[in-house]
Amino acid sequence: MMNITVKLFANFRVGRFKEAQRNYPKQTLCRLVLQELYITEEELGVLMVNSRHANLDQELKDGDTVSIFPLVGGG
Amino acid sequence: MSEVRAAVERCVVDGMLSWSDQLTTAQTFGVSVAYIEAVALERGILPARYQRNRNMLNCRDQLCLFSSHVAVVGCGGLGGYIIEELARLGIGHLTVIDPDIFEEHNLNRQLLSTPADLGLDKVAVAVRRVAEINPAVTVTPVVKALSRRNGCGLLAGAQVVVDGLDNIETRLELSEVCDTLELPLVHGAIAGWYGHVTTQMPGDKSLHTLYGRKCHQKGVEGSLGNPSFTPSLIASVQVAEVTKILLNYGEPLRHRLFTIDLLDMECVETPL
Repeated sequence: MMNITVKLFANFRVGRFKEAQRNYPKQTLCRLVLQELYITEEELGVLMVNSRHANLDQELKDGDTVSIFPLVGGG
Repeated sequence: MSEVRAAVERCVVDGMLSWSDQLTTAQTFGVSVAYIEAVALERGILPARYQRNRNMLNCRDQLCLFSSHVAVVGCGGLGGYIIEELARLGIGHLTVIDPDIFEEHNLNRQLLSTPADLGLDKVAVAVRRVAEINPAVTVTPVVKALSRRNGCGLLAGAQVVVDGLDNIETRLELSEVCDTLELPLVHGAIAGWYGHVTTQMPGDKSLHTLYGRKCHQKGVEGSLGNPSFTPSLIASVQVAEVTKILLNYGEPLRHRLFTIDLLDMECVETPL
């Protein structure tokens, strides 16, 4: 298993958490982290792994930090 | 017009020109208050309305701002505050662009909206508001939706463009147009308690990084809505960015997404 730090931002925190350590099987993709948190691809704005932009198909490594921001587009 | 210059100089008190003298001199010589403002600033005389700017912006800075042309795309939640602040700051020329009219659901947050103005073009109300608060500012109104097709024409002549749009698709088109015209774009967006700002310089493609895969989507503002306080905050950060770009001051938010969460009172910076 891998230990991953998951950080949520803005309304993604509501009913979930701000930051959590979570365990995932080896070779887990970012997509699974979002699915487990019931965050849809449509809601997703910025996805970062270790402060670098990532896509949903990026494979995670033990100790990675995943940051998830919602899509914000109002004015 | 040496007579005008001499008349302006006769009115100076403590290095400043009062609004009443600016207006009277303009009327006496049959010129605009904008012309008098330029004459004063070029001679190191500060229109007194800007005296509280003086310790952070000198007369040369104020002349630079007055000689500048800024385009504001969208005159709603963000745009209303952006226009107000740019006009009070003393930006000499604003192009304001929006195809919409004011509707009742705008009243909770859009600075330029009032019950009496429901049904009027947002751009027309913006022109009237700027004329009320700073008549020295020239406003070019555009009641049209900006697109990649008309954008180059609408933004021609501007030095900086400010994003007050409410959708991602048009933002990506605006970003393309700014890139073509080699113009800085100060982007802001809001949803509920949350907002963000970044400054895109020509070639940066920051908005593409931020929104490229989301062209036809709506953000979480669709479900969260927008209150009165988030637009004013994000708009103010955008206007600070415009000021810094025009005066070459400080560190603009280039390659940085500055995110503000008013619920948890957190500011987060992420690379772009």
